[in-house]
Amino acid sequence: MYSLMSSPSISSSSSSFLGQTHFDSRNPNACLPTKDSWICKCVATPSTETTAHTTKVSRNANMAKLQAGYLFPEIARRRSAHMLKYPDAQVISLGIGDTTEPIPEVITSGMAKKAHALSTLEGYSGYGAEQGEKQLRAAIASTFYGDLSIEESDIFVSDGAKSDISRLQVMFGSNVTMAVQDPSYPAYVDLSVILGQTGQFQKDVEKYGNIEYMKCNPENGFFPDLSTVSRTDIIFFCSPYNPTGNAATREQLTRLVQFAKDNGSILVYDSGYAMYISDDSPRSIFEIPGAKEVAIEVSSFSKYAGFTGVRLGWTVVPKELLYSDGFPVAKDFNRIECTTFNAASNISQASGLACLSPEGLEAMHKLVGFYKENTNIIMETFTSLGFSVYGGKNAPYVWVHFPGQSSWDVFSEILEKTHVVTTPGSGFGPAGDGFIRVCAFSHRGNVLEACKRFKRLYK
Amino acid sequence: MAGVCTRVTRNLNMEKLRNGYLFPEIAMRELEHMKKYPNAKVISLGIGDTTEPIPDIVTSSMANHARRLSTVEGYRGYGAEQGNKALRKAIAETLYGDLPIKDTEIFVSDGSQCDISRLQLLLGSNVTIAVQDPTFPAYIDSSVIIGQTGDFQDETGKYQNIKYMPCRPQNNFFPDLTTTATTDVIFICSPNNPTGHAASRKQLEQLVEFARANRSIIIFDSAYAAYVTDESPRSIFEIPGAREVAIEISSFSKFAGFTGVRLGWTVVPDELLFSNGFPVIKDYNRIVCTCFNGASSIAQAGGLACLSSDGLMAVQSVVDYYKENAKILGDTFTSLGLDVYGGINAPYAWVHFPGMKSWDVFTELLEKTHIITVPGCGFGPGGEEHIRVSAFGHRECILEASRRLKSLLS
Repeated sequence: MYSLMSSPSISSSSSSFLGQTHFDSRNPNACLPTKDSWICKCVATPSTETTAHTTKVSRNANMAKLQAGYLFPEIARRRSAHMLKYPDAQVISLGIGDTTEPIPEVITSGMAKKAHALSTLEGYSGYGAEQGEKQLRAAIASTFYGDLSIEESDIFVSDGAKSDISRLQVMFGSNVTMAVQDPSYPAYVDLSVILGQTGQFQKDVEKYGNIEYMKCNPENGFFPDLSTVSRTDIIFFCSPYNPTGNAATREQLTRLVQFAKDNGSILVYDSGYAMYISDDSPRSIFEIPGAKEVAIEVSSFSKYAGFTGVRLGWTVVPKELLYSDGFPVAKDFNRIECTTFNAASNISQASGLACLSPEGLEAMHKLVGFYKENTNIIMETFTSLGFSVYGGKNAPYVWVHFPGQSSWDVFSEILEKTHVVTTPGSGFGPAGDGFIRVCAFSHRGNVLEACKRFKRLYK
Repeated sequence: MAGVCTRVTRNLNMEKLRNGYLFPEIAMRELEHMKKYPNAKVISLGIGDTTEPIPDIVTSSMANHARRLSTVEGYRGYGAEQGNKALRKAIAETLYGDLPIKDTEIFVSDGSQCDISRLQLLLGSNVTIAVQDPTFPAYIDSSVIIGQTGDFQDETGKYQNIKYMPCRPQNNFFPDLTTTATTDVIFICSPNNPTGHAASRKQLEQLVEFARANRSIIIFDSAYAAYVTDESPRSIFEIPGAREVAIEISSFSKFAGFTGVRLGWTVVPDELLFSNGFPVIKDYNRIVCTCFNGASSIAQAGGLACLSSDGLMAVQSVVDYYKENAKILGDTFTSLGLDVYGGINAPYAWVHFPGMKSWDVFTELLEKTHIITVPGCGFGPGGEEHIRVSAFGHRECILEASRRLKSLLS
């Protein structure tokens, strides 16, 4: 039986869907893609094979708007291709922000215990509350929001930030406008496109229509000049900032909250890297007075406990957050959770509880400390080579400036000449061009080796 | 509560939704009842929640995986969004056997409820859907949320713009396709939740033919395939021609007791194409990579253990336990002179109470026997006059429930 996919173009860790990728043209009635779209230009050729059956279901026009594949599978694809090209090279990955260090035993023993308990009558549990286990919600509230009067009932446990952002977007629907930092974590923009909130991609400016891009660069200290930002319904804001690595100050966040209040906007605040903060920058938007009436906060255990594969996060939706008609946003989010989700894995949740025990917290801080030390080493390296280097102090990312250069070119050159994978800044948005993101998640030995190679390349 | 409103308009699609999602509603009623009768021994045959422990062979595999995450060699970070390769292969080989399903067509997930929602995101708001009536509510609710439907009409109990395909004893619980208008997408669940009916090969052949002729996409929910006792197909892909018209979703929930562990999968065949020839699998892959970050690695380790030959035997024996429960319940209702459907190929008995409103039956059963069931109208207007009784429970609870039902209804 022939297949339309000639090769495994969807490998286990890649999504090679650049706009120019074509699928198997053995099908004589294949639709040949025009340069940037999948409009069918049917080519009739004589064939002994039967005509492929197409359904009458139109492809979702929003999906067609997406440019290429999601960023990180693309990085993974390039890494795999490079490893095929240089099978003996020791490729070091400082690209995708994937944790590398083992999870502390105090935490995994919580997981193992729960797993074993599921084999016992007393310990077996089936469906959990979609909002998460009560104990875990309470522990999150008291650990991270202790004196901020965020309650257990404001917390929704999830399988991670990406899924939460997706569910938030589904909740908001297609008729809202959004603003993002530029550069930003790609999921905010891509999900907005998928939900139908945006216009087409405009190649000349590398932006989607109908999204407000808030430029963040060295000149404005990586905080948007709010006086130039148009009103949108939703504002996505990440601090500590992925990819640039800086943390917004209390003063900046106060202005941001005021901006949201003045505009009647909802701030979706991603605080997934809060534990990496070294100074007294706010760790939660709810440290800012008035934030409860304008903000949702999304966070995750991924980068604190190495839970990138375990899958556990949470979203805070305060009771005080209301739509224009007075309807509480939390009620709709709860409905979304109950209908489109069925709770985070109970084993992951059990381990989350272990994370928030005193020993667990200590262990997480140690793990975070390890990656922060990696960050320092990387920062020092690039600084010593004369680069302008940003971030690093409050996040596991270093944002290195390569003025006047295309970031994909720099990415390729670094990969080719040092076998180190980084992430090109333009993957995060047009204002990211000219920068490279170097992430600090790696074994210490790899970080040291990578830095040696950078020094060789750039001295 | 007095407060400052934002100027963000509430999503109109959320406004269209009627009440809460069905199962949290049932859970709420159960809690209220337990408060009212604190000494009553409430037996839950309502929400289809598994009750029996997961076999050791599976949980020790998960525990081992967890422990290995604390070692340098065993630690794993992000997994492939599509799922662990070994698990995808195992699903393809073990569960689809000699059907030509490739591991690359399998997307591992954290369960069907999430998959249904991701499929709706894939399809977008401009498609029309058909559902069975009665049906598992998530297909409808997710359709409303994504904007495919019109308003709910109280008189009919239906959302505008959804085609409801009646499934009754009279039509052998399968839609009469000669009278079914065509839609872009057709949701079919078999073995069926809530009626318990497993579609026959002939019925599914007709369905595939209908979908081919109308160029629709079938979304086939086979979450209860492990419960099939007779010759009924366990996968839509047993039907020739299905690969070009169908997506299949399934789950470890009712198969391995993973309702809390969270693991499922979706099959999107390479041959399934949108009207412009674009492969659906490419867009689904993009959705999975953008909206999701993989099922928990521990759950996936458990899934792999379930699919080993010893694991399969172990989880199947739990399935058999629930099937025996279903038989006991079915026999109980039959002995009381009631018409009972399902129960043979599914862990649900679908009991007919002619002339009675299903919420009234639900309430009376709860009040008088302290047994939670699910009122049929919660699954759609076609469920009226019926009650769904689920067979998930400890044997002694099932037997006790049977005793109470016999006392009340004989």
